[in-house]
Amino acid sequence: MPSLGSDMEAGTLLEWRIAPGDAVSRGDVVAVVDTFKGAIDVEIFETGVVEEILVPVGEKVPVGTPLARLRVEGEPAAAPVAAAPAAPVPAAAAVAPPAAVPAPGGRLRASPAARQRAAAAGIDLATLRGSGPQGALTLADVERAIAVRPAARAMAPAERLAGMRQAIAAAMLRSKREIPHYYLGTTLDMARALAWLEEENARRPVTGRLLAGVLLLKAVALALRQAPELNGHWLDGGFRPGSGIHVGTAIALRGGGLVAPALHAADAATPDQLMAELRQLVQRARAGSLRSSELADATITVTSLGEQGVDTVYGIIHPPQVALVGFGRIAERPWVVDGRVVARPLLQATLSADHRASDGHRGARFLALVESLLQEPETL
Amino acid sequence: MNDVAHDEHRRQLLREMLRIRRFEEKSAELYTQEKIRGFMHLYVGEEAVAVGTLQALDADDAVVSTYREHGHALVRGIPARAVMAEMYGRQEGCSRGRGGSMHIFDAATRFCGGNAIVGGGLPLAVGLALADKLQGRARVSACLFGDGAVAEGEFHESLNLAALWKLPVLFLCENNFYAMGTALARAQSQPDLHLKAASYALGAEVVDGMDVLAVEAATRRAAQAVRGGGGPYFLELRTYRFSAHSMFDAQLYRDKAEVEDWRRRDPIVLFERQLRAAGVLDDATLARMEAEIAAEIAAAVAFAEAGSWEPVEDLTRFVYSEGPAP
Amino acid sequence: MSTVTTTYREAIREAIREALRRDPRVFLMGEDVGAYGGCFAVSKGLLDEFGPERIRDTPLSESAFVGAGIGAALGGMRPIVEIMTVNFSLLALDQILNNAATLLHMSGGQFNVPLVIRMTTGGGRQLAAQHSHSLEGWYAHIPGLRVLAPATLEDARGMLWSALEDPDPVLIFEHALLYNQAGTLPADAGAVDIRRARVRRPGRDVSLITYGGSLPKTLEAAGRLAAEGIDAEVIDLRSLRPLDDATILASVAATRRAVIVDEGWRSGSLAAEISARIMENAFYELDAPVARVCSAEVPMPYARHLEQAALPQADTVIRVARGLVRGDG
Repeated sequence: MPSLGSDMEAGTLLEWRIAPGDAVSRGDVVAVVDTFKGAIDVEIFETGVVEEILVPVGEKVPVGTPLARLRVEGEPAAAPVAAAPAAPVPAAAAVAPPAAVPAPGGRLRASPAARQRAAAAGIDLATLRGSGPQGALTLADVERAIAVRPAARAMAPAERLAGMRQAIAAAMLRSKREIPHYYLGTTLDMARALAWLEEENARRPVTGRLLAGVLLLKAVALALRQAPELNGHWLDGGFRPGSGIHVGTAIALRGGGLVAPALHAADAATPDQLMAELRQLVQRARAGSLRSSELADATITVTSLGEQGVDTVYGIIHPPQVALVGFGRIAERPWVVDGRVVARPLLQATLSADHRASDGHRGARFLALVESLLQEPETL
Repeated sequence: MNDVAHDEHRRQLLREMLRIRRFEEKSAELYTQEKIRGFMHLYVGEEAVAVGTLQALDADDAVVSTYREHGHALVRGIPARAVMAEMYGRQEGCSRGRGGSMHIFDAATRFCGGNAIVGGGLPLAVGLALADKLQGRARVSACLFGDGAVAEGEFHESLNLAALWKLPVLFLCENNFYAMGTALARAQSQPDLHLKAASYALGAEVVDGMDVLAVEAATRRAAQAVRGGGGPYFLELRTYRFSAHSMFDAQLYRDKAEVEDWRRRDPIVLFERQLRAAGVLDDATLARMEAEIAAEIAAAVAFAEAGSWEPVEDLTRFVYSEGPAP
Repeated sequence: MSTVTTTYREAIREAIREALRRDPRVFLMGEDVGAYGGCFAVSKGLLDEFGPERIRDTPLSESAFVGAGIGAALGGMRPIVEIMTVNFSLLALDQILNNAATLLHMSGGQFNVPLVIRMTTGGGRQLAAQHSHSLEGWYAHIPGLRVLAPATLEDARGMLWSALEDPDPVLIFEHALLYNQAGTLPADAGAVDIRRARVRRPGRDVSLITYGGSLPKTLEAAGRLAAEGIDAEVIDLRSLRPLDDATILASVAATRRAVIVDEGWRSGSLAAEISARIMENAFYELDAPVARVCSAEVPMPYARHLEQAALPQADTVIRVARGLVRGDG
């Protein structure tokens, strides 16, 4: 049973996609497991032949339990190889789909348009079969997959909520027990950012409008480029920098609980792309159809509680991450500009960071960078 | 021309030759100070050719020149400061600093460029003359080029075409006996270049290019014939460059003695001596002349020093015209 | 609207005739343009009509008469210089590159060169390796030039006047196989825009980007692809420099696939340039790698079967397009 996040302790096997004797390749989806965050596809990280199914459908097993036995390519006889990678799951499961011709180097062969569409729709390309040149995945392949995508399987809401509560409890306890937090806060002048946003949005259709939260996410992502010690995981007694800047965004679920799926490579996305991805993410989080990589990949978390009327957030880091950025509400307040008191839209930004991975000096620089980026919103 | 005017004219010829000489000396100095970069080819020794030939042109005639063209430009009337600023790469230069020493352009005096492709200017002069002929204008297109160009195909194609169509082109071959480092005799089966030209059935003669009066007289005759509709004319002006081909040239290809021999025929020294002997020039006049020239060149250098760089944003301006065709 | 039946050759002749009538500064100059009537008979009859001052036969000296065209343009004329074939134009490359394309910039904006150079290009007539190449891509490499490739009667008729109105040098490449193309034109056909590419056939599945002599082959390929259910869009570049990026990119963004059909050699070609621009500007729109159909990288052979094998053909375009759309080329 793979760990799809530090807060996952067990999963229920919903469906097997393989049977003994099947050949599987690295990246194939072999099973579907249900967790408190919804049904999640389980990818395999080895290439070989399935020898035996170890966990039957319907059984709930702890993380780390072998689900099936695989004979790896080149192995003469049976060997115990579990389809159970250790947390966290690597960033992208990038391999060719079953009947597709694998590209040199084992990378997934998919067209740029297919990749973009799949990312927006939350389709895992590794689960698809390519019909394009040299077996590449095309846009049409992705569109077909979207059209036939099964509705998310769900646990009973109450059961899921209880499980999630437990998981949050475990993760937060671990965080407070293990992570020496330090906290920094600063006040951001949002006048420029809001003025720019207003101007941009005036030009856009209602459906294409940007929210201030997207600018904040982008500013955090860009600032992280220069603060790598805040972006990554503390694992096995050491800091591992993130393979990219994948910003986990805390999303409160209807009926309680929360998840923080990742916006992948948020530093490279335009505000428009981030806006679109965020909408998708919220929708899918609430529908319970997040992908495994989204749950496991986040390299930092951003929590915005401004809508609830909160001024300041003092966040608890989500292990194994090493930092959390909190944003309060934007409100008009007195502010001194050029020696005069004027009304400005202000926002409290806070950083909770793991003192094992970074020091307050670096944290302060990071917040200052976020602030200066927000003073030039057009460059975000 | 009466005697007084004639005397004044002769002093003017000397003054123009001196002006080129001093300008070139200053240019060499500035080059060593890295004020001027790129390739720079000095005209020292050949002054009588530029001064003598260009006397024969009218203001609306065209001049097509070479990369050794500082002297041509100055005599043609492009201000020394505009030429100097060009060599500095300043936007106040006559080509906005885009051409440098080898590419001096000036539309106002119809100075159609220093052309740095040997022989490349000849077809242009043919075309300028064709335009005049088709438009019924009695203008001359003068084309200056060196002995090296005579080996190029474009020389033969252009002389043939100009003669065939009886176009008003004045071909002025500055034969300084070296194409860079290749002596004429090592490059030409027929080193008497005017004989080669004559085979295209046009007027062709050889002129002592160290004698400014001879150059002027021959060019006036030739220009008159051209302007009168007699077709192109070719002058081989035998001269010599005292300086190296360009600034970075060890001159391995010629003897110092040969240079010294030619220096004894320095067109400026000879002409100065001639004017003094004729009582047309005295020390005071010469000193005044030198002082005026020095002042002009100093002003040109100051102008170039004070000049500005064309903004980099203008880099792609004038790849294409900015307005419709006139 | 009344129409006239004409050919590509006659359309160009009519364009030259109109220019000579409209503007006294215009004259035609080149090898055998007068008494012979033009190597490809484009200027047949013009000598009688306009006389030897304006229809000028030149000696075989490409560099001199192209350079003279540049000089005449500097001198206030509007010359049309004809070079028999693009292979011969190499003898005038010095003048075209070092003077025509360069003078305006080098003189700091003082000397523009309003010159039009026409020449034939392309293979397909068994003229072997010194009369058959498509070197227009080389000229499209040169800043300072405008490079046009009329592929239709309308453009053959209309591009010349627009080119003559341009203040800078314009090269017009006439594919020799197009001269006999026949069709109708409006009786009042005249100048056309020379800045934009045109969609010659709209389609949704793949963009076939081409110009000049390859346009008919590409349209044929598109027609046959339609029979297989592949809806190809055909873009006629018309202007090879500057390239109309907007039209190319809009088409590729819609179809997500591109095949460039270019009779030039593949390496360092116009097709390579267009491909690069698609990668630079529309990478995330692409659903398949950009493909090229170019001439084989050999000097053009004489024997018909070898020449046809060396040139881009409709069959090749179809195979490549099918491969991009269905993955089974």
